[in-house]
Amino acid sequence: MNRAAPLSDDLRVLYQDLILDHGRSPRNFRVVEHHTCKAQGNNPMCGDRVNVTARVSPAGLLEDIAFEGKGCAISVASASMMSEALAGKFVPDAHLLYATVHALCTGKIDADQAKAAVPASMAESVDKLASLSGVRQFPVRVKCATLAWHALISCLDGQSQTTTEK
Amino acid sequence: MAKSAPPPPTPTHASYDVIKVRNDFPILAREVHGKPLVYLDSAASAQKPRQVIDAVARVYGHDYANVHRGAYYLSETATAAFEAARGKVAAFLNAPSVKEVVFTKGATEAINLVAATWGRRFVQAGDEIVLTALEHHSNIVPWQLLREATGCVLKVVPVSADGSVDIGAFAKIIGPKTKLVAVAHVSNVLGTILPVREIADLAHAAGAKVLLDGCQGVVHEHVDVQALGCDFYVFSGHKLYGPTGIGVLWATTELLHAMPPYQGGGDMIDTVTFAKTTWAPPPAKFEAGTPPIAAAIGLGAAIDYLNSLDRTLVAAHEDALLRYAMTALAQVPGVRLIGTARAKTAVQSFVMAGAHPHDIATVLDRSGVSVRAGHHCAQPLMDALGVPATTRASFALYNTMAEVDALVTALRRAQDVLL
Repeated sequence: MNRAAPLSDDLRVLYQDLILDHGRSPRNFRVVEHHTCKAQGNNPMCGDRVNVTARVSPAGLLEDIAFEGKGCAISVASASMMSEALAGKFVPDAHLLYATVHALCTGKIDADQAKAAVPASMAESVDKLASLSGVRQFPVRVKCATLAWHALISCLDGQSQTTTEK
Repeated sequence: MAKSAPPPPTPTHASYDVIKVRNDFPILAREVHGKPLVYLDSAASAQKPRQVIDAVARVYGHDYANVHRGAYYLSETATAAFEAARGKVAAFLNAPSVKEVVFTKGATEAINLVAATWGRRFVQAGDEIVLTALEHHSNIVPWQLLREATGCVLKVVPVSADGSVDIGAFAKIIGPKTKLVAVAHVSNVLGTILPVREIADLAHAAGAKVLLDGCQGVVHEHVDVQALGCDFYVFSGHKLYGPTGIGVLWATTELLHAMPPYQGGGDMIDTVTFAKTTWAPPPAKFEAGTPPIAAAIGLGAAIDYLNSLDRTLVAAHEDALLRYAMTALAQVPGVRLIGTARAKTAVQSFVMAGAHPHDIATVLDRSGVSVRAGHHCAQPLMDALGVPATTRASFALYNTMAEVDALVTALRRAQDVLL
C-alpha cells in the first residue's frame, strides 16, 4: 500500500497555523469574574464540553467574555477566537457574528462575503474567523466549530436571568 | 520522525488465510478519500460478508412473508428460516434450549427488556445492582431508570489503571443486598476480558443474578452461557458481522417464565379477550409485533459464516494483530496506550500528547483509516481514567498487519499536521 502520498490540501486548510495556535494556547481560557451569564455547550457525540461566561452591561456591552472546557483543536480555537472577537462588542454584534460564522462553516458564504456582512470594525475578526471555514470539507466537524457559539447565544439569551448555575 | 521502525510483523498462523477472508467482505475493496479503506472500527459495527448480504437479499427477493401467521407456503418457509436462525444462535451460545433465545432489536433493547421486566418485578427499594466503571452507557442507563422506578441502589466496581477489573474488588462490593451483577464480558473501550465466571460464582453465592453484556465478548471469545454461569447474556447482531436491527437476549428458562412481558401486541399472546389476556410461552412472550425477520436470518448467516472458519485460528489472528498494534503504537512518540490488561481482546484505545482524539481521527480518515474517537459511550470510564476521550482502533478477523502499519503511518502524519 502506498502511504507516502502528500497531505491533502483540505487538511492543511483545516489545521492551519492560526487554528493550531489558538487550539494549543487558547485566549481567555478562564471564568469571567462577576459574570452576568453562563452557558454550557455539550457535544454528546464526543463528550466535548465548553463553558462560556460573559459580563454584559445593562446597555448590552460585552465587557468580558471567556470560556473553559475540553475539546478538540477546532472547538477550542473557535471558542478562543470568539472570545477575542466579541470583547467590547454589543449583544447584536454577537448575534450577527454567530450567524456569519455559521454560514462560513457550512459553506454558505466565503470570507469576502462574510466581511461584507459585518461592520468594518469587525472585518479583522472575520478575517481570523474565516480560518474556521476549513470545516466545510469535514461535515461532521462543523459542530466542533460552532459549539462555543451555540453556548454563547444560549448564554446571552438567558442573560435576563443573570447568572444561572446550570 | 521515523527514527526506529517497528519490529517486523509477527506472522499469524500460516493456515489462517486472511486474504481469502477479506475477499468475502465486498466493502473492504473500496477506497476512502482516494485511499484503500483501512477499517479499524469493528467494535462499533463490523462489516458484513457477502454470505450475510446475500442471505438478506435472498429473503426479500425470494423467501419473504410474515412469520408465525400465514397458513401458506411462503409464510411457512419464512417462519422456518427465522426459527432456524434462533436455533443457530442457541447452538452458538451453547444454550440448553432454543426457547431461551429472545430476539430483540439489539443489545441495548435486550438490557432494557431485562430492566423493565425482571427488574420491575423483582428489584425493590434498597436492593443493589452491581456494575463496573467500564460499562457502556447501555449497561448503565437502563439501571438508572430502574433506580428511579424502584429506589434500588447502583454500586460500581472500580477499574485499575491498566484497565483490568480485580475480582477482589467484586468480592468487596457484592453482598447480601446484591440483586444483580450486570457487567461487560469484554470492555468495548479497553478490550479487557472480565473474569466473568468468578464474578458469577460470587454473585450466585450472594443470591444475585448475573447479566453479561456480550457485545464484544461474543465476537472475540468462545461463549458458552452454561460454562460462564450467567443468568442473562445479551449481544447485538451487527457487531457479529450480521445486520443491524437484530440482537439477542439469552436467559434461563426459569427466569423467562418468571418475567412479565415486555411489550404487548401480536405474536406474544396465547388468548386475548377484553377481560383477560394470557401470554404465549417464551420466547414469543417477549417478541410482540412482527420481528426483524430478514435481520434475524442474516444473523443466522453470520453465525454460519463464523462457523465455517476455524475460530481458534481467528482468535489467534486477532490476538496477533492486537499484540503487533500495541507494540507499534507504543513506539510512536507521545502515544500512551489506554487498556493494557493482561487478559484482553483486539480493541486498543490510546491518547497522543498534544492532539485531541477527534483531530487525530479526522487526519487518519484522510489516509483511509477509520477509527473511533470520543468517549465510546463510556463517559464514566473516561472520567475514571482521567482522559476526556480516546482514539480507538479495533481489529476484526479481516484486518491485516499491513493495516496496523497504515494506522501507525497515518498517526505519524497526524503528528505532522497537528503538532
